[in-house]
Amino acid sequence: MNIIVCIKQVPDAKDVRLDPITNTLAREGVESIMNPYDRHALEEAVAIKEQQGGRVTVITMGPPQAETVLREAIACGADEGVLVSDRAFAGADTWATSYTLAQTVQTLGDFDLVLCGKQAIDGDTAQVGPGLACRLNIPYATCVQKTRKVSDKVIEVERMMDDGFDVLRLPLPALMTVVKDINEPRVASLKGKMKAKKAEIRKFSASDIGAEIQNIGLAGSPTQVVKVFSPEARGDRKIFSGSVEEQVDQLVECLRAHL
Amino acid sequence: MLIIDSDKCTACGICETSCAFGAITVSDNCAVVNESCTLCGACVENCPVEALHIESAGKKIQSDINAYSGIMVFAEYRHGNVAPVSYELLGIGRKLADKRGVKLSVILPGGNVAPFADSLIAAGADTVLLAEDPILEQFREDVYAAILVQVIRDQKPEVVLAGATAIGRSVIPYVAHAIDAGLTADCTKLEIREEDGMLLQTRPAFGGNIMATIECPHSRPQMATVRPKVMAPAEPDPSRKGEIFQVHLSEQVVQTKIEVLDSVIDNEDQTNIQEVEALVAGGRGLESEKGFSLIRELANELGGAVAASRAAVDSGWIPYPHQVGQTGKTVSPKLYIACGISGAVQHAVGMQSAEIVVAINRDGKAPIFDIATYGVVGDLYEVIPQLIKRLQEIKK
Repeated sequence: MNIIVCIKQVPDAKDVRLDPITNTLAREGVESIMNPYDRHALEEAVAIKEQQGGRVTVITMGPPQAETVLREAIACGADEGVLVSDRAFAGADTWATSYTLAQTVQTLGDFDLVLCGKQAIDGDTAQVGPGLACRLNIPYATCVQKTRKVSDKVIEVERMMDDGFDVLRLPLPALMTVVKDINEPRVASLKGKMKAKKAEIRKFSASDIGAEIQNIGLAGSPTQVVKVFSPEARGDRKIFSGSVEEQVDQLVECLRAHL
Repeated sequence: MLIIDSDKCTACGICETSCAFGAITVSDNCAVVNESCTLCGACVENCPVEALHIESAGKKIQSDINAYSGIMVFAEYRHGNVAPVSYELLGIGRKLADKRGVKLSVILPGGNVAPFADSLIAAGADTVLLAEDPILEQFREDVYAAILVQVIRDQKPEVVLAGATAIGRSVIPYVAHAIDAGLTADCTKLEIREEDGMLLQTRPAFGGNIMATIECPHSRPQMATVRPKVMAPAEPDPSRKGEIFQVHLSEQVVQTKIEVLDSVIDNEDQTNIQEVEALVAGGRGLESEKGFSLIRELANELGGAVAASRAAVDSGWIPYPHQVGQTGKTVSPKLYIACGISGAVQHAVGMQSAEIVVAINRDGKAPIFDIATYGVVGDLYEVIPQLIKRLQEIKK
């Protein structure tokens, strides 16, 4: 079984904020990490491979330094890493990213399953998975919390809904995006780390994947960010003091108007 | 590409600090960009001497933009009901349509959905498009997407709004990709420019630490999803008039590759924490599973629901659907009471858009107090019972 996992290197979101005075992004100490949901997608792929046999290929679109997350993925059980990198990809929104990843998947050849994290924590859009499925013209399921059964023909999964979950059966090839409930990602083994160190990372440019220039990067992106700003700060804050009774009385007084 | 005008650049270094990706540095008295650049535009925005601008290789421009008119809402049907978010979308959709002077339509796919048409008109719709077929009783991405693509191509709305729900977030990105439309997820604010119909879509990014306003200048429709409880529904007006149409569904459109083997409603946790007005959340400070019975009691008193921090979920005290934060749900209730939650940023990003935040924590220095509207410093096992008691007294 040929499994492809799409991963993304993201700034650790908890560190990113705008300086309220200068209105600039403060990036001091911002670390780059593998998108947390993608770790679960990778783990699921490796688990399916261990059960079914086959090959796990991780792909990422990003700057050259995104190679780090590919090596990390190899250390955690992936067989191969592919870096899709080109200045022409810069400024891609989810439409252009879906297109670029689809071109990459098609360049790699036959596949049975494509796995993605539910969303990336820098954008939180959850749009690339479904967009990629559209471009590849394959059925998909988002927010999968459990793989119930896999064979070489079909996959059965539990897809999270707002009021519970649906159990779906999809013919392969198919795509799924996963939530963190699906598994517990393994820690890289020493052997894995050694393998990752030596691994050859394949590198694709825009022309290697046959991308049309009007469909990639800023040019291929229907959406455009026109303004970036800090969220409004909370108004007057009141931290009470005194005994529990006194504090609760003050709180109830304040809340009364809203209840 | 990011273009740097070396004549204008004063090497002040503001661009360097404004870049979240370490993509721009100042060397030899001029800024230099490297391959990490994502063209996010933060440096362009912040450059005091306008030395930076972004140039794009021939942006795709759709030629028939002016053929698109009207606002369309995708209404969601599941397990016999229309999702509340659909009425909220009609509320904001009505405002956008009135400002622009166009019609508001709503598409509702489902098994037997005709009985809901009147309530959609009362909530603001001018036109209701019903897509009825037994197969639509269950949500299937491929069939839903085929219907939405067909209806959008046929009706040519300038704006399409959908709920940022499990269903909306799953099928809408597929539709947007299929019709080459721009899509903005989880908008918290939507405005429309009267003259050209440009939809100004504002949403949180980087887990809510930054807000971004997004436009789709060269393509139509402009698509956006909105989280539940962010927009207010209009007061229903049963005297409103509207038209109701059945969408013709060809055999091809209702063809599916997806088999729905089961659709499980989680009986214990039927309440979606994104859809209630009051949430009482418990964290590590509860110290045990038992603490949630107290949390639940307070939530019941307020007519709300129970939420939790990641620490509480990871400890196995409460299931994942209750989790608020970066790896859980984003909520924006009127009232959010955080009990024994320290308020790490990962939690804060999921709840900081709540109207009123009450923090109850023993540690007066906990970061939760920085984002709280009201703070009670004390042992939650003393504070909550006292609070319940006082609330009951008020009711009497």
